[in-house]
Amino acid sequence: MKQTIRLRVNGDAYEVAVPPWRTLNEVLREDLRLTGTKRGCGDGDCGACTVLLDGRSVTSCLMLAVEAVGHEVTTVEGLATARDALHPVQAEFIAAGAIQCGYCTPGMELSAAYLLSRNPAPTDDEIRRGLSGNLCRCTGYQKIFEAVRRAADRLKEAARPDAAAGDPATGGPAGGDPSGGGARP
Amino acid sequence: MTSRPIGKDVPRVDGWAKATGSALYTDDLSLPGMLHGALLRSPVPHARIAHLDTRRAAALPGVKAVVVGSDLPAVRYGNWRLVPTTQDELALARDKVRFVGDEVAAVAAVDRDTAEEALALIRVEYEPLPAVFDLDAAMAAGAPVLHEATPDNVSVTRKIAFGDLEAGFGASDYVREDTFTVQAVSHAYLEPCATLAQADDLGRITLTTSTQTPYIVQCLLASTLGLRENEVRVVKPAVGGGFGGKMELRPWDVCAAFIARRTGKPVKFTLSREEELATGRRRHPMRLRSRVGFKRDGTLMAKDFQVLLEGGAYNSMGPTATFLVGNFGAMLYRYPAYRYAGAHVYTNHAPAGAMRGFGAPQALFATETQMNMAAEALGIDPIELRLKNAMRPGDEIPDVATVGTCGFSECLERVAEMSGWREKRSQGPGKGGGKGLGIGCYSFITGGVFNWFNTPYPFSAAEVRAYADGTVHLLTMASDIGQGSDTVLQQILAEELGIRMQDIHMTAGDTAMTPKGDLGTWGSRVTLMAGNAVLEAARQVKEELARMVSLRFDLNVVQEVELKDGMVRSKFRPDRGIPFAEAVAMAQKANRGKPVIGRGTYTPRDMGLVTPTFSFGAQVAEVDVDRETGVTRVTKVYTAHDCGTVLNPMAVDGQVHGCIQMGMGYALSEELVMRDGKTVNASFLDYKMPGALDMPECEAVCVETHDPRGPFGAKETGEGPISATAPAIADAVWHASGHRATALPITAEKLLAALDGDDSVAGERRAEASCAVPDPRPRG
Ligand code: FES
Ligand code: FES
Repeated sequence: MKQTIRLRVNGDAYEVAVPPWRTLNEVLREDLRLTGTKRGCGDGDCGACTVLLDGRSVTSCLMLAVEAVGHEVTTVEGLATARDALHPVQAEFIAAGAIQCGYCTPGMELSAAYLLSRNPAPTDDEIRRGLSGNLCRCTGYQKIFEAVRRAADRLKEAARPDAAAGDPATGGPAGGDPSGGGARP
Repeated sequence: MTSRPIGKDVPRVDGWAKATGSALYTDDLSLPGMLHGALLRSPVPHARIAHLDTRRAAALPGVKAVVVGSDLPAVRYGNWRLVPTTQDELALARDKVRFVGDEVAAVAAVDRDTAEEALALIRVEYEPLPAVFDLDAAMAAGAPVLHEATPDNVSVTRKIAFGDLEAGFGASDYVREDTFTVQAVSHAYLEPCATLAQADDLGRITLTTSTQTPYIVQCLLASTLGLRENEVRVVKPAVGGGFGGKMELRPWDVCAAFIARRTGKPVKFTLSREEELATGRRRHPMRLRSRVGFKRDGTLMAKDFQVLLEGGAYNSMGPTATFLVGNFGAMLYRYPAYRYAGAHVYTNHAPAGAMRGFGAPQALFATETQMNMAAEALGIDPIELRLKNAMRPGDEIPDVATVGTCGFSECLERVAEMSGWREKRSQGPGKGGGKGLGIGCYSFITGGVFNWFNTPYPFSAAEVRAYADGTVHLLTMASDIGQGSDTVLQQILAEELGIRMQDIHMTAGDTAMTPKGDLGTWGSRVTLMAGNAVLEAARQVKEELARMVSLRFDLNVVQEVELKDGMVRSKFRPDRGIPFAEAVAMAQKANRGKPVIGRGTYTPRDMGLVTPTFSFGAQVAEVDVDRETGVTRVTKVYTAHDCGTVLNPMAVDGQVHGCIQMGMGYALSEELVMRDGKTVNASFLDYKMPGALDMPECEAVCVETHDPRGPFGAKETGEGPISATAPAIADAVWHASGHRATALPITAEKLLAALDGDDSVAGERRAEASCAVPDPRPRG
């Protein structure tokens, strides 16, 4: 019943034997042990399981693992390039107090990273819409909005031609790829 | 980072772990050979179990254990250990099921699919019993009985009374009586409950579980398995929110531990969202009747408050709720006379339990809405009416509680200013083109002092180990479930020892590794209680180091030694001092190698029945009501709150915002809809909690007081504000539309019907609906 599939996750290649009904969420969490991707509902309603597929956000609980074959998957584990080189979204989530229990955080960060990759200067309304698929029960969202605004500013700063690439002070990845998707060798 | 972190926006100490996805929650853990558990739940609300056949399930390849009620020791459990007759739960039903979702059997198998398959093979024959789904049916004469020991279905009654009620009403110029109803809502923490049990060769258990109360789980699990308390170790990993919904021993904990002991393999259970919403704990639905009397000038004279709590099938934290509703009904204002009677009623619904604000959202929706109604009738501005009657420092609820610091009046003034209240509210109801603003207020406890768990240990404890390399290890059983207490406790320690946050390493929430005891995270207790324990432990270390420096520099006995900027030094002559690390090394040498350790505890004594100190606050909500659709949009919420001295403004803000979000769901959209005992809307698609698009702008200011009982003067902030939001929104809806809601939630459908003059859909209670609380039954 199982079939062997090849997945690319955070730039790494994996081979896993999975039954065809297994979701990407289950394979990431249970087979690849990438447990940063959460599961809050399993029904596509909460966004805690959000990952990027070729740089676009998807709910991994609604996607079968086999459907991810041939695509580049980015999970929260792939957002930072090193312990002290967080993606600006991650750094600002911490600095702005956008994290409480943290269960929505990985999905929230990936949705934010996706938003900023498409729209580097979102309005408040666009931020709200960009995060409308992600539920948070703790924060009341205010500080999450603030973190995304601050991350956008940081990315803008990093994208200036005179800015040093991969400035460790800003924590931005080299080249400032905001989605973090598929950029790693 | 500064060595004076108190009062600063210190980011969370677990921020990096959570932002990178490396924080480990229970379901993230897995162990070699681990079995996966699943629970069979009752599909019917009330029935006798006539026959149970697990043979086919047990025979399924891959199934390692099938457990039913009769396999487990017949030990009933419940949080109210002080009164064993209230402990009415069994992990798995033995002869009877009492709600849709009641746990009947547990299976553990090599993988989840196999466990699920096995559940489907268990045959249960139910003999249906008549069921009761609301207060009236449950309290009717001859109603079906849920628990034989409670033939009238009223499991708890509580009373509070002071002052001369009759004289108060007699002297009143204006008396009104109203009935309010509030619904069941879900905690809806994002992390579904999960538990992972391991047994050792002697059958001792290590349980890693998504809990906010490791010590309570440890004790109750030990008792249900017939083990000694310390043969169970409970570890709290990262927890994805609790809000009161994770403060009890739960059936999956018992089943996981039992099966781990039997099979010798680790066992994990993880609940689904559907299980959480359909069968999980919830906020008590209540019917509240309040009669209140005023003088013509607005002076409060008397209040008579009767409340029926729908508890569902088991007591859970109901006994506390039944008392606290009455306590909160007497807060905020100076009632010369007050009488409360509350009753906790069993029904065949999933049990209600503790939830953020515990008892206050219900009591204060009634109190605050009625205050607004009275203001309208008396022709007095609602804020003026409140100012006239506002509690002040030193006020008391006789024999129950005393108010310590209280910035309530200032909060009212501030929120009026911030929101432009006097100008905006001068317009009458329904005159603002669909816009309106309204007020609600709150007071909440900073930790509970009543020992319902009957702990023989301190309420909180902390150990501080100082090392000669300049690092410090903090150990406490206090449980951060997202609110940020690990950060605040480390701030307190860093401040007191004059060291940096990054000098501290922390072990928390582990019953084997951290000092006994701690009652967990509930009642907004952690900052005050664990914070005071940390302070006491830190002061012992400080004392020891001060002695070293005093000796070394031959300081005059009157000279103060301060710990600041990583130094231990004379305050008067700062050059006379040595680095913290050196002082620790000296102390250790002086004690022949004995490590430098401080141990602190906190147990509230002689502080009444409720709490060491109360928070206060006032909130104004602005709404936009669409007359065509009935949809209410909250556009802005202003909060002025007294949480004592603010230890971490960013964390305080986060708590206020979270409260507003949850309070707004309570006001407008959230409700667990029940039909024939079943929860109809058991998904996040159908259970409507506020999302990113719904949240209003939030503006908050702190009216600081310095509470002598709180560490550095702090009081609670994590729960209080939630209770103000629903009455504030309801009042704003009235101001915007002219409709005064006395039932929650104010959905578009209900509001539209009310505005069209159809009260039946609006769900407003008829005035004659009974709230009569029966006299306590003599108990044998
Ligand atoms: S877990 Fe996928 S959307 Fe909730
Ligand atoms: S931080 Fe807890 S759900 Fe968002």
